[in-house]
Amino acid sequence: MSTAAIEHQLAEHRAYLLRFARLQLRNDAWAEDAVSETLLAALSKPQSFGNRSQLKTWLVGILKHKVIDILRQRQREVQLVDDDGDGGAELDALMFKADGHYVQQPADWGNPEQELNSRQFFLVLEACTDKLPAAMGRVFLMREWLELSSDEICKELQLTPTNLYVQLHRARLRLRECLELNWFGRKAASP
Amino acid sequence: MILRRTCREVAALLVAREDRDLPVLERVALRLHLAACAACPKFERQLLTMRNAMKQWRNYEA
Repeated sequence: MSTAAIEHQLAEHRAYLLRFARLQLRNDAWAEDAVSETLLAALSKPQSFGNRSQLKTWLVGILKHKVIDILRQRQREVQLVDDDGDGGAELDALMFKADGHYVQQPADWGNPEQELNSRQFFLVLEACTDKLPAAMGRVFLMREWLELSSDEICKELQLTPTNLYVQLHRARLRLRECLELNWFGRKAASP
Repeated sequence: MILRRTCREVAALLVAREDRDLPVLERVALRLHLAACAACPKFERQLLTMRNAMKQWRNYEA
């Protein structure tokens, strides 16, 4: 493959990788570093540029390692926890009455299979993830995107399991709320 | 009733289940509640949708 073609492919993937690195690291300079190193790794192995989708998977695999490395190096700087007051309890109170019943029943989210084919849906999902408080979002993505185990996350961030589960719990409730408001609910409201 | 749970408790268990194994007693209580409740299975499906969405997103199929 020509150098120009390789450059073109890398440029195409760069924006994509950067978006995810930023979402995870919440720091533009670190995200740039992670992506640059990922692309350098790719350039040192030109044979990987054959199949486009394989290249993407491969790049993402490298990026995940780079992101984990950076989180490790910057451990002190990313120290948890920016506790957001008691947002979890607030959300809980929004959903439930004192007697433990729903204030409003969870909406029917329709046909998930169909939703998951929609590009627009994933943009909303990404925006909702981005809206999570930084520390909470980072923990959530360590779990969901980097696919680290609870044990690993606790070790990396020196969190107790209880603290980790509280963060993940809140993140999931917030995400659900955001998706309901900005995707599922909005559709249900319009005919 | 050691197996009776409110919807609030069940929702909390369903969210917790995304990240860790539940004790056997809670699993049984959950199943009993879900079989009898109209609202909580919807919440369970919402969480399932989110789980599938994250999976697809992480695998870059989106």
